[in-house]
Amino acid sequence: MSAVWPHLPVLQVLIPLFGALLAGLLRRPTPAYVLATAVSWVAPLIAGALLWQVVQTGPISYHIGGWAPPWGIEYRIDVLNALVLVLVTAVGAVIMPFARLSVAFEVGEGREAWFYCMYLLCLTGLLGITVTGDAFNAFVFLEISSLSSYVLIALGHDRRALLSSFQYLIMGTIGATFYVIGIGLLYLVTGTLNMADLAARLGPAWAEHSRAIVAALAFVTVGISLKLGLFPLHVWLPNAYAYAPSWVTAFLAGTATKVAIYLLVRFYFSIFGIAIDLRLLPIADVIIVLSLAAMLIASLVAVFEANLKRLLAYSSVAQIGYITLGIGLANQAALTGALVHVVNHALMKAALFLAAGAIFYRAHTTELKELAGIGRRMPLTIAAFTIAGLGLVGTPGTSGFISKWYLMVGALGAGQWIPAFVIVASSLIALIYVGRVLEIVWMREPSAQMAAVGDPPLSMLLPLVVLSLATIYLGIDTEWTAGIASMASTILLGGLR
Amino acid sequence: MSPERLVLLALLLPFAGALLIPVFHRQPNLREAVTLTAASLLCVTVSSLLAPVLDGARPEVSLVEVLPGISLALKVEPLGLLFALVAASLWIVNSIYSIGYMRANKEPRQTGFYVCFAIALGSAIGIAFAKNLFTLFLFYELLTISTYPLVVHKLDAEAIRAGRTYLLLLLGSSLLLFLPAIVATWVLAGTVDFTPGGILAGKLGGPAIALLLALYIFGIGKAAVMPMHRWLPAAMVAPTPVSALLHAVAVVKAGVFTILKVVVFIFGIDTLGAQGLSVWLTAIAGTTIVIASIVALRQDNLKRLLAYSTISQLSYVVLGVAILAPISAVGAAMHIAAHAVSKITLFFAAGSLYTAAHLTEVKQLDGIGRRMPWTMGAFAIGALGMIGVPPTLGFLSKWFILTGAMQTANWLAVGVIIVSTLLNAAYFLPIVFRAFFREPPAAAGGHDHETGEAPWPMVLALSATAAAAIILFFWPEIPFSLAKLMIGE
Repeated sequence: MSAVWPHLPVLQVLIPLFGALLAGLLRRPTPAYVLATAVSWVAPLIAGALLWQVVQTGPISYHIGGWAPPWGIEYRIDVLNALVLVLVTAVGAVIMPFARLSVAFEVGEGREAWFYCMYLLCLTGLLGITVTGDAFNAFVFLEISSLSSYVLIALGHDRRALLSSFQYLIMGTIGATFYVIGIGLLYLVTGTLNMADLAARLGPAWAEHSRAIVAALAFVTVGISLKLGLFPLHVWLPNAYAYAPSWVTAFLAGTATKVAIYLLVRFYFSIFGIAIDLRLLPIADVIIVLSLAAMLIASLVAVFEANLKRLLAYSSVAQIGYITLGIGLANQAALTGALVHVVNHALMKAALFLAAGAIFYRAHTTELKELAGIGRRMPLTIAAFTIAGLGLVGTPGTSGFISKWYLMVGALGAGQWIPAFVIVASSLIALIYVGRVLEIVWMREPSAQMAAVGDPPLSMLLPLVVLSLATIYLGIDTEWTAGIASMASTILLGGLR
Repeated sequence: MSPERLVLLALLLPFAGALLIPVFHRQPNLREAVTLTAASLLCVTVSSLLAPVLDGARPEVSLVEVLPGISLALKVEPLGLLFALVAASLWIVNSIYSIGYMRANKEPRQTGFYVCFAIALGSAIGIAFAKNLFTLFLFYELLTISTYPLVVHKLDAEAIRAGRTYLLLLLGSSLLLFLPAIVATWVLAGTVDFTPGGILAGKLGGPAIALLLALYIFGIGKAAVMPMHRWLPAAMVAPTPVSALLHAVAVVKAGVFTILKVVVFIFGIDTLGAQGLSVWLTAIAGTTIVIASIVALRQDNLKRLLAYSTISQLSYVVLGVAILAPISAVGAAMHIAAHAVSKITLFFAAGSLYTAAHLTEVKQLDGIGRRMPWTMGAFAIGALGMIGVPPTLGFLSKWFILTGAMQTANWLAVGVIIVSTLLNAAYFLPIVFRAFFREPPAAAGGHDHETGEAPWPMVLALSATAAAAIILFFWPEIPFSLAKLMIGE
């Protein structure tokens, strides 16, 4: 154990990477699935150990190949990315049992092993972005996760999945390009790619190169915002989420956008914010305005969506708005709210998309008008959906309430009345779109062709129920979510100029 | 058992009942026995808290710290105990009534009905015993969510539409106004605990405090202060036992109870008085009282009439608070009990008329008192309680509110009380007159063979609540002493 212990940061990434390779070589669905499951279940153990270590003894710095930073690549783990690691790996581990039947049904014969290969690559990329302390290394992992997610999305059963994947590919590539241009500018100015080193060198360079640094900030912001789906750069997201295999949607909604958000937080609070006074630039105002627009407009669009998965996708855009709002407000309570909502939203949205996947598995459709009365046929699935849906609204007793509470305290505490109002207004709109779904699935008379439909098998039901119960549990016991988020935001804000 | 255990038990009993009821889905008698047992045990539990609380004990239980400084916690104080007592004792009566009603009308989905009912009662207890605004808010929302299935019970288009209004107005007002008010209170005061004397003294003044008060008054949609009242008439599509216990007692009383708590324990009566906000509050409550009474006057559907009467009567409680005199706050607290026993009687009577004779409109009631003397006799007593005529508890609570208004020379409030008393008489007395003194219509078509009263459990229940309205006039010690303790006398 003691030999493995110091290498946990790199193992976090290497195990899924080799798992992906192996899954591709195995070629057969069952072994590939077993492998993917094993990898997915080991990953949260490593992440949990890292989080424990970080909470106990402070940040970990791991030097790849023994090369000291800033020349070598450094993996640097503090409370913030340890939390994200736990989140990403936990989502993967919990939803894994759901994958077997759902993927076999939606992706089809002969492609399953490739599917798990791509999933593990995507996981590698996401974990890599999270652990690395090197800006360019983050770009490499960003590309790994993006390319594999294009494939995952294209594997959807609907032919429109191809188009959505292509759309995402174009947008994602533009995003990655913007990001790498930003990194390039930073490299020109400072001569380094290590994040901590960048933070140290940008300050002295500011006087001479302020224009280049501002341009770099803008490029990085736009690039990452494309990946995280910040309004109005979200246009790829609804289609990608709607037409990807259901399980992929649940996975990406719970992890991919969240990791992109992490990267944005890292750049703002651990690099740019340390080097220069961001309040001199209008960046926070831009982020806040776009977030508010996302919270209102995307929620309103969700109200009028006819397809359950698209509705949930627009809801994601709106909920991401909550998170970026907290980042823009950048005070202790608001940033805590943003970080805790990263976790809470990931879990509840994964539950909701899994429910959509279970519905598709049984009823072969996610068009709302065909789902009338399905709650009476699939009571447990829809009950889990209902709980997670209430979390989306932010009902007290659910994790969504905790996020909103912190964001509201952050907004009102800073005397920001408009964001505070938009937070509750957007919750009200969420009530309308969630309520609309619930009314259709619970209150209407079931149609005749749904007569034989029932709850899915236990392997699909269990992850769904666990995630929806987590929505309640994390609304009552917030020590590990809000507690760590609060710790992380104290550290992040403490470093700001 | 220690008082702390009792508090916890009181909260858990209804929820335990809710878990146990579905087990006996196929044995209706056992299932109803679970409800009755839970209700009786709850009533005993809450009653046994009476002695320690009157002796000055304030048992509290902290369950879990949800956010730093904010716990899910219970604390029993006199006003909450009064509300819990009213809810728990009427749950027993209402359950007896429900059994008669649901079976006689062959209602579907009865198991779900009793489960939601138990959850709603548990939420009401949670509201009554909440130690802080956070806990109260949690159970407040749970109450809305658990009563929604009861409102849409019939599952027809009308019920679903009404359910939409119900959910949107109640959850909407609480999300949009109540929650920001709670957060603002937290930001300003650093606590959301209910504290004697309030927590906002000196924290803010002028227009800001008025704005915050407005957020609370309108955000607490369950109190049905106009224009937040529309959910209540909409909720009348529910089966009558729901209208009786939930939409005349538990839900609406939770609303005015919350307003009372916020004014007394968050703002503090003295703080508000110093800001000169009494007039505004009086005007808001007075407007609702008078307008709702006028609307009630024009209703023909009996349950809708009762709903508007409830809206009007709820604002009496708000008015009692608005006067900001201790004696009228006592009156407000007592009015929670007074209106509860009277209005539940009236709804029981309405449900009994529907069950026995399929009557829903006022103009159909000619001569019905001769056929259903118990029902209409109880109705008459309930109506007297609404108007505030002795010997009913409604007289006492109105008396205290009026005394407070006179003491503080709040002539607007005095005027409102006089006008509304006249209006109440104007819409209740004609019904009683119709029922007893008009000739019954000649049996047209000959299909009206039904005679006699509603099933005995229903008659028993409505007689019991009518009797309670009178008994409490002669022996008002329990509500009175609890109400006095609330203001610290």
